[in-house]
Formats: sequence, C-alpha cells, structure tokens
Amino acid sequence: MPYVQSLRCKECGRDYPQEPIYVCDFCFGPLEVNYDYDAIAKNISRESIQDGPLTIWRYDALLPADRDNAVNIGAGMTPLLKADNLGKVLGLNNLWIKNDAANPTHSFKDRVVSVASTKAVEFDFDTIACASTGNLAGATAAHGAKAGMNTMVFIPADLERGKILGAAVFGSVVLVNGNYDDVNRLCSELGDDRRWAFVNINMRPYYSEGSKSIGYELAEQLGWHAPKHIIVPVASGSLFTKVHKGLQEFAQLGIIENADTKMHIAQPFGCSPVAKAFIEGQAHPKPVIPNTIAKSLAIGSPADGMYSVGIANKTGGSATIVPESEIAEGMKLLAETEGIFTETAGGVVISTLRRLAREGVIGPDEETVALITGTGLKTLEAIADSVETLTIDPTVRSFDEIVTGAPVL
Amino acid sequence: MPFRRVKFTFKTERIQSPVIYDLGQKFDVVTNIRRADIDADNGWVILEIEGAVDEIERGLEWVRDQGSDVSSLDGDILAG
Repeated sequence: MPYVQSLRCKECGRDYPQEPIYVCDFCFGPLEVNYDYDAIAKNISRESIQDGPLTIWRYDALLPADRDNAVNIGAGMTPLLKADNLGKVLGLNNLWIKNDAANPTHSFKDRVVSVASTKAVEFDFDTIACASTGNLAGATAAHGAKAGMNTMVFIPADLERGKILGAAVFGSVVLVNGNYDDVNRLCSELGDDRRWAFVNINMRPYYSEGSKSIGYELAEQLGWHAPKHIIVPVASGSLFTKVHKGLQEFAQLGIIENADTKMHIAQPFGCSPVAKAFIEGQAHPKPVIPNTIAKSLAIGSPADGMYSVGIANKTGGSATIVPESEIAEGMKLLAETEGIFTETAGGVVISTLRRLAREGVIGPDEETVALITGTGLKTLEAIADSVETLTIDPTVRSFDEIVTGAPVL
Repeated sequence: MPFRRVKFTFKTERIQSPVIYDLGQKFDVVTNIRRADIDADNGWVILEIEGAVDEIERGLEWVRDQGSDVSSLDGDILAG
C-alpha cells in the first residue's frame, strides 16, 4: 500500500489518484497500478518474502493493499509440481505444472478477488459484485462472505445447477434470465449507477494485480529464476499480461536475475480472438461470439487482448488455437499422467503444450511451466463422453470376466 | 445526459463507409472519438456516445446491422 503512487493510464500515461476508477477520462485507456519501485527495491528481498505468509500476501509490497487488512481465505502458494510422467509422453524433460486448482475455491480467481475485495473494504464499499459463469462467481461469493460484505453474483439463469450452487452456498446469487450479452449489458449498467465494488469493472486495476502473484510464485518455487516458457490460457488476457508483469517486476527489483520467459497463448477454437490476431500478425483481436466448451475462456471481446498479443510477440512466444475435440484429450492426458483433474481451460493448455513440444517450439530440456487455472470438478460435463467406466456384478467371476478379462472356467 | 463508452471494430468491407458520420445523422446522438486505429484493411474506434438511452441503443443496433462489431469498452464483463 505505501508503495502505490497512482493509477496510470496504459495508453496516454496520465496519473490518477487511487480510487475505484478504471478508465482514463481522456483517452478511455485502461488504468493500471503504478508503484514506487525505488522504494520497494529498498524494502524487499528474497528473505523478506520468505518470512511472509504462505499466501499471495507474502508479496504485498508489490500488491496495491496491505497484508494486515487483507481479505484472506488463503489464496496463493499453490503447488508447482515437476511433471515427469507428462513430460515423458511429450518428450519434455523439464516440465512443471502450476496447479492453481489448489486455491480455496479451486481456481486462480481467488488471487484476484482477494486483492479486489481488500480494496473494496478499503474504499468503504458495502457490496461486492461480479458477473460470472463459474470460477469468478465462487471466488467473489467466498471473499464477500469472509469480508462480511453484501454480495451480488450475477449468473445466467440457464447455467448448470452445480455451478450455481457452488457460488450460492456462500451467499447471494442472482440468476438473470438472458444470454451472455444480456448479462454483460445489465452489469455494465449496474456498474455505472450503483455504488458497488464490481470486481472486474471499477475494481479492475486492483483486481488484475492479484494475478501477478503467479509470476512471483513461479520464480520463487523454481529457486528464484524465471522459466524459459509459460503456457497460459487466455480469456480477457489479463492473466497473461500480469504473469508476465510479475516476472518483469522481480527482474527489475533484482529478486531474480532476468525474466526472458517466452509467453505462449492458449485458446480454444470456439473462442480464439487473441490467438487469431497473433497468428495473423494483427495487433488488435477482432471480437467473436464464443462457442466453446471451455466456458472459462469464453470472452469474445477481450479487454487485454491487444496487450497479450504484444507480450507474446515481444517475448518470442506463440499462440495456439486448440481444436475443441482436443480439450477433453488434454484434460485426460494430464489426469492420467499427473493425477491432476483440470478444468477445460487446463485441457486447452495441455493440448497447446503437446503441440508446441511436437513442433519443436519448446526444446526437450527447456524449463517449461503449464499453468492450470482451475479444477475439472466444476466442468464434469466436458469429459462425460470421453471417460469410460466398467460395471460388474458383485461377484469375483464377474470381476474376472469384465475387468481383468481373465478366462472364466 | 446519458452516455455509453464503446468500441467499434470494422470489417474490411466496411472500412470505406462513414459509419460514425451516419450514426450522428440518423440518430439524435453526439459522438466523441477518443482513440482509433484504422488502416486499409482493419479498423477500430473507441468513442463516447451521448444521447437518450433508447436513442443510443437504437443507434448501436444500427451500427451492428451495418456489419460492424460494437463492444463495451470494458470488454466482456461476464467471466468464467
């Protein structure tokens, strides 16, 4: 908190005070938190970080709020696992899985909402809100409950019941009769005229900073260096840009030597505006109407798409469009080799990884991290047709016949 | 007066059309461009549109009908 100097427009560079605002009045560019890095450099070290809590708040010098006031349900410091089994299948000898499904509400959204809800309390809001089809709903509802705030979670009424209940258990969920566009428009209007902390509208500059903690953790967990490659699932592009920013900040502050990580975009065929722009050499993604089973990546108009394309280009990264049919394959491959059941976005990441390894974009010995953003338990329907089970009668004979295939005498 | 901040993305075949001029002529709205990037093949414009709510909505619907994409400046809010 003491290290935040202003909110700064990413486009024209104008500074604004720390308030619940998110867009530049002049050029309508997005606002981003601007820190006093000289002051941070004097007060941060590997040791000071290691002395902190085992949550994202161990990095609070680089977050826009103080750990002492944090709305904290334990987001962050998720496992980074060496993936030798998957690596063997893909021909990669230095492969790691960052498993953010291990967060409290089982996705990386706990990181961003922990920061957003902390700022919401700081700004004296009494209501926290979001619009979501899954992970963000649970994270916002849970943090709102912890903060003792009124919570407004807007969900399309036709969403699967399991996802609705997964958020509703924490408190208020409002089901909206309408399609995705209707919910977007409603929330945009509500965000304009209610004094609510809308996590990804007026809290967005703060909210998005929470994703930087993935970059910090990767560097720390790898022994204080940045990996050669990171594969990130892209929806709005915010996560992609902030993981990169986290590594860049660590390098700038001398916490790690350098951050020459190649950033790779992973998107599903049914919603791939950012990957398509990268592949076609365009700076600006063209909006699309999403039609993908990877619901957590279904952002047709990605607010940070242009910045993601820029980073992928600048770092020597890539972009992959994963066929819809390969999403469940990716989920199964990770589950069967590493014992991690990921959501559909993770299936997109693993299938991207497989393609990059096959094409030689990632060398066999290059240190690579695949980012798994959430659990597969919320998207069971995605693998329903690709998982087989055996059914037997409660007899040894039936077991031998059907399971082991042993000849029955 | 109500206003909306939006982004128009033009398809190549619409690049030659004066969409924003026509929007101001056909509907009772004031357009105020803040940022843009347009070349021979692609283009986007970020602008503010001021007017009565219904008139803004009708105008934006007309822009969509012309084959251009209209998105909220905030991008999609509904997240996974």
